[in-house]
Parts: sequence; structure tokens; C-alpha cells
Amino acid sequence: MTRLLGVLLMVLVLYAVLMGFFERARSLDNHQVLARRLGFYGVLTLGVGVLIVTGGIDLSIGSLVGLSAVAFGHLMNKHHWQPWTAATIVIAGSVLIGLFHGLLVTGLRLQPFLVTLCGLFMYRGLARKLSDTAVVLPYESVQPQAEWLRSFLVSGKTLGLPHVLLLLGLLAALLALVLHGSVYGRYWYAIGYNEQAARYAGIATNRYKIAAYIISSTCAGLGGVIFLLEYRNATPSDAGALLELYAITGAVLGGCSLRGGEGTVPGMILGAAVLPLLAQICNTSPYIGSQLEYTVIGGALLLATIANELVTRISKRR
Amino acid sequence: MLQARGICKAFPGVQALAGVSLTVHAGEVLAVLGENGAGKSTLMKILAGIYTPDAGELLLDNQPVRFSNVADAMVRGILLIHQELNLAENLSVAANLFLGHEEVRGGLLGWLNRRAMNVHAQQLLERVGLDVAPSRLVGDLPLGQRQMVEIARALSRKARVLIMDEPTSSLTQRETERLFEVIAELKRSGVAVVYISHRLMEVQAVADRVVVLRDGRNSGELAREEITHRRMVELMVGRDLKQFFRRGHAAGGAGVVPAQDDTGIVAETGTASIRPEGHPIRLEVRELCYQGGPETPVSFAVRGGEIVGMAGLVGAGRTELAEALFGLRPLLRGEVRLDGQPVAIRSPSDAIAAGLLLAPEDRRQYGLVLEESVQHNLGLPNLDQNSRLGLVSPRRESDMARRLCERLRVRTPRLSQPVGLLSGGNQQKVVLGKWLAKQPRVLILDEPTRGVDVGAKSEIYALMDELAAAGIAIIMISSDLEEVLGMSDRVVVLHEGRLAGELPRTALSEQAIMHLATGGSNY
Repeated sequence: MTRLLGVLLMVLVLYAVLMGFFERARSLDNHQVLARRLGFYGVLTLGVGVLIVTGGIDLSIGSLVGLSAVAFGHLMNKHHWQPWTAATIVIAGSVLIGLFHGLLVTGLRLQPFLVTLCGLFMYRGLARKLSDTAVVLPYESVQPQAEWLRSFLVSGKTLGLPHVLLLLGLLAALLALVLHGSVYGRYWYAIGYNEQAARYAGIATNRYKIAAYIISSTCAGLGGVIFLLEYRNATPSDAGALLELYAITGAVLGGCSLRGGEGTVPGMILGAAVLPLLAQICNTSPYIGSQLEYTVIGGALLLATIANELVTRISKRR
Repeated sequence: MLQARGICKAFPGVQALAGVSLTVHAGEVLAVLGENGAGKSTLMKILAGIYTPDAGELLLDNQPVRFSNVADAMVRGILLIHQELNLAENLSVAANLFLGHEEVRGGLLGWLNRRAMNVHAQQLLERVGLDVAPSRLVGDLPLGQRQMVEIARALSRKARVLIMDEPTSSLTQRETERLFEVIAELKRSGVAVVYISHRLMEVQAVADRVVVLRDGRNSGELAREEITHRRMVELMVGRDLKQFFRRGHAAGGAGVVPAQDDTGIVAETGTASIRPEGHPIRLEVRELCYQGGPETPVSFAVRGGEIVGMAGLVGAGRTELAEALFGLRPLLRGEVRLDGQPVAIRSPSDAIAAGLLLAPEDRRQYGLVLEESVQHNLGLPNLDQNSRLGLVSPRRESDMARRLCERLRVRTPRLSQPVGLLSGGNQQKVVLGKWLAKQPRVLILDEPTRGVDVGAKSEIYALMDELAAAGIAIIMISSDLEEVLGMSDRVVVLHEGRLAGELPRTALSEQAIMHLATGGSNY
């Protein structure tokens, strides 16, 4: 609970700084941009967050976002698939990739870090093989539905909220139910904290671990689709690069422990909200500049970790 | 009801079971005894579906059964309460009680029915006499209560055969009595209970029949009326243990300080015996307050050559006090003196440098690097002696390890054997061995014989005796009253962190200790 309040405080302070110092940031348009970024980062953070709760990790998210975005565009441009079909196939592919990760981790007992590190390289290479140049969202004359999908998901609003954000809300509600209200979630926490205890309680731990890998990869695949719709183009060599670290950072800021067994859905969403706020502060401020963005994010994570450690110690002492 | 026939199981390098047979009937308590390494735990894990046997068969209600995993055995009503606690500490008591068989409202993923689980958890907790809220985090409970949660968890499933592996090792007297009531209740309802314990007094109290294993084979069986302490020990070790507690050091006679060899271990001197009363005070603790400790300061003293038992209920703060002395908890006030000199202990390395050493309670977690070899574990705190210019000399290290292993009678096939594969008693000897090369002045042993079998126990007692004879001051924290009474020259009793009282050897009795430990005043 203190952890959740801590990250909430962080988000509020960053928001106040952004609004207080930078007049341009106050516009309605900019709020739309922030909300869309949150939606995008949030999807990735939720996916890896659930996996981190089980004690796993996924380093392949960024590459998978890139591969999915490129494949999505490729299927529409080169093979003239309908956007819906293309998106479905891309997401189904990422489900298979998650299954592949899960099977390697559980069946062969490989280390999650290693398996997904290999994935990081492999999927980036595949994306580059798929297309030499950047893929673009097809023009309206070629694929009218692609533009419609973009205008629905990215520019479309209900009650002033961009649909990407609503998509995140929907996903969050679903995962919150599963994580906090179902047997699946209960087992994820148990496995993450003490896998042997879970196994000795008669739980088929492998099945639940595989499910978590699938969720992480699926969210990355969905992220790839959103990526192309949002930015209109994706470069095979760097689309989505480093996003796995953003997602993991968001999850950790939101209260996930990399040792497993800890973390909540609201925390993950708040953690994901920190990143776009920080990025905007860096980019807008004449004193910081976008060059220092990574340094600021790293510093923020470090500060949050230190603060958390101190708070835990003080509360233990009492 | 459940029958095992000719069970064999081999692990790399060890034949754990070589044709063991066992029958359990409904409504009886069968105690399975044996030294560590005799194959008890392996057999129980086979019964519970954790291991599959290499040969032999299991019969349930005279039907052959095969368990390929834990869930298989659980469905058939065979449940194992593990010696090492297997709880998810990040989850609540209720969540742990129903882990693996949650009550659900249905749905594809299974929506949890929290309210029903909390209600039923409350009933289960009442059954084992544990007064904690089902919503408490297991991680916040002391060890003894966690053990009761583990027991309550087994009751939450429909058990036909309930296997308890050392269930009382961290329970207080009262909790143990409550456990026996639960066992009696289970018996009446026709559940078969398989009970494993090193505490023979308890076995005598609770068992209807005793089966003894030795070296992976059946060594004998005792019916209810044949169960005596002596018979059980004979079957376990295959010889008569004449003198269980060797207390040569306090037996009187002229004080001869035995010679030490270069590892700092006392050479065998036969009848070395010293009166601790004649020795100067080694460790003096004056008005000590430490973080997480009680408001009232703690003061006590230990003489060289003296074994002071530290008794108290689980959660009385004995381990915490030991941790404070070893520099693991910040000291707030007061003074620690070694041989009359005040010492500042801010970290374990300060304590080690001063010659104040701790063999921790949970040796698998804090005392040893389980995956590493015997040699490396023994060498770990002694690298200063065994290295030159920052490079470890493997020859010196193995020489030292070999001497220590011989001296301590560590039974290991080779020095490169991972410590985790040794039996509990031998692991404990390695923990002691680590420190012996450091010329200890004060040795704090926290539950030195927890999970250690009878044969190795007596060896550890003999070792403690020798160390005391060499002038080391020993503080022995123990929940085993038999051991406290047998080994201590003096006993200090803690109650809720406070020093409740002190008993000289002449005033030692189980009643006196329990009186103080439960908050009674000094006699």
C-alpha cells in the first residue's frame, strides 16, 4: 500500500512539475499525447509486470514490438491483407513466441533472462530480414481500413479519452481480475515467491508460468500493432528498441520485485505513467534536453528504489 | 491402508533406499525413525508422489498405485507436511491454507471465493489452536506459528494418510500438546498418521507402532508396548549408545588445558576435565539493548569452558540476542566485554575478529553454501590463512579441510562433495568446522542439533564438550529441553526478549525452565 502511494506521489509530482514549469505542456493536445503514450507503455508494462510477479523476466519485448510492427505493415503493404487479419495474425504469432519462451523456461529449465535475451537478438534480426526499409502504414487509397483503424484507436476519443488509453483500461481491468481475483493470479504470486512451495502444494507450476510468458509476449505483439498505427512507420533496425527496459522499469517503479511474488496492476499502470512524464520534462526543458533522458530515467528508478528501501526499513523498525 | 513393498531409490552416488517395506493402517500413528541419511525423508517423498521409486510398489487399499506427481498423491488423500516449511510468505494465511485447492465460484480461470475461504480458514486455525487472523501475511508470523499453519493446511484437504516430517522441531511445548490432540482426533476419524521425529520422548508419547530404518533398509519394528527409548536407539544406530550426553568438561577433577593443534582444534586428551567455576569470565554482556529487542536491558556472563544453555519458547528472542552479539543487529546501549576488555561489535567481521562466533539456526540458509563443496565451505571464512597475495592456495585449503573433517568425523565421500548432499548432522559439523580454525573464544550455537539424527547428535555433544574443555565459552540456544538439561552447566531463560531467570546446574529441571520460559518468576 505504501508502495502504491509512493508511486502515485511520484506521478503527481512529475505532473505538477510538467504543468507548472512548461506552459506548452498544459494544452489539451499535449494531454492527448501523454494519454496515448501512457496507453502504449502501459500495455507493455502490464504484460511484463505479470511475468515479473511469477519471478520471470522478458528482455525480448522491444524486439518483438519491432518485429510485430514491421510484420503488421509488411502483411498489409506487400500481401494486401486487411488490417484486421494482419493484426490478428501478428498477435497470434506473438502468442506462439510467448509459448516458445515458456516451454524453454519450464521444459528445459533454461534461465528466463537467457531465453529472452536470445529472443531480443533473434526477433530484431527477423524484423530486418522481413523488410530492408522502414514499413509505413498503407495510404488510405491502398488500404482504407488501415487509416480508419488508426483514426479509431489513436485519434478516436470517447468522453475526451483516447481509445488507446481505454484499451489499456480494459486490459488493466481484465488483468487485475485475473491477478487479484482468480486462481491463476494466486498461483502466480505463490510461484513467484516460492516455486517449490507451490509445487509441493500440488500446483502444476509449469502451466501457470507458460501462461505468464504468453501474456508478456502477447502484450508486446499488441504493442507492435499500436506502434505502427501511432507512428505511421517502423524502422526494422530500431523500432521498439529499449522498450523492454522501459516496460521493466515501469513495472519495478510500480512495485514489482524482480525476485518475484510482488506487484499490483494499479501500481504497474502508475509506474508506466512515470516514463512519458519524465520524457516530456526532459524534452521540453531547455536545461535538461532529450540527450539526458536516459540518465534522468535511470536516476529516477534509482531514487525510487532507494526511497522504497528506506521506507521499508523505517516501517520495519517501528 | 497404505503399503509400500520393496521400495528402492538411488540418487547419483547414493543408494538412498534398498528395498524398504512399510504398512500403515487406518487410525494408527506409525512413527518412522532412523538416523539422517537412513532414507526416511526419501521414503516419505515417494509416498507423497514427489519422487518415483526405481523399484518396488505402492498399494493403496490393496490396489497398486503409481503417483507421477504431488497432485496425484493428494487426490488420493496422501499428504506430506514438510520438514522445511513450504509456505508462500508473500500470501495470507488463508491463501496458504487453500493453496492448490482454492474455493472458487467457477469461471474459466476460477474466480476466488475469498469470503468462504476466510471462514473455513478460521475454523481450521481454531482446530489447531492457532489464534491469528486468516488475512495475516505468513511472512509476518514467527516460525512456530508457520509450522501450525502448515499443519492446518494438511487438515484443509481430505487426508487419509498424513505424513508429518519433524512437525515439532519449531513448536513450543503448548503447541506440541495441541498437535498431539489434533493427532488423536485424526486417529479417531480413521486417518493414518505417519510421524517422523528425532525426539524420542515424543515418539514414545504419540506412536502406536514404530518402524526403524537404517542405511536404506528396514532395521526393525516395535509394537506399542515395546517402545522404549533404549530399544529405539538400538535399532537406529545398531549399537547401544551408553552415554548420550558426554559432559567430561564439568565433571570435576584437576583442570588440564588440552593442547591445540594448528587448526585450533583440541587434540584428543581423553579425560580432560575442568571446573568452569574456576575459569575467568570470558564473555560479559552488560545492560545490552539491541534493535528489535526488549526495553529492559539484558545482562549475563559466560565463563571460559562453560556451556550455558539458553532456553525459552520459540519467539522469546534468543536468536535475536545471538544475532545482536554477532553484529547482525545494531546495538543501542550497553557493553559487551571479552576477557574483561570492552569490544565494539558493529558487524559480523568485528565479532569474528574478536573471536565471537555464531553457528546460526537455519544452517541451510545462513550457515552453508549448499551447492559448494565441503572444502570450500570450510575454507570460506579462513581464506586469510589459506591464501597468498589474494590467490587461494588449494593445497593449504584441502589440507585444512582434511584435518577438520577427520577431527570432526564428518562423513563425506570426498572433500569436493557438495555440502547440500550431506546429512543434517554432517552439515552441522561443517558449520562448526568453519569456525574452529578461527580460534574461537566464544561460540554461540543456535539449535545445534535441529534436524540432526541421534548418532550425529551424540557426536556433536562430544564435540561441544571438547571445545568447552579447551576453554571456549559456549552459549547453546536450544528448544530441546532434554538437550538443555543434559548439556548445560547453567541455563539462562528468556521470556519475551527479557532475561527471565538463571538456573544453576543443581537447580535444573524441566519444570523450572518451563516455569521461567512461560513468564513465571525466578525460584
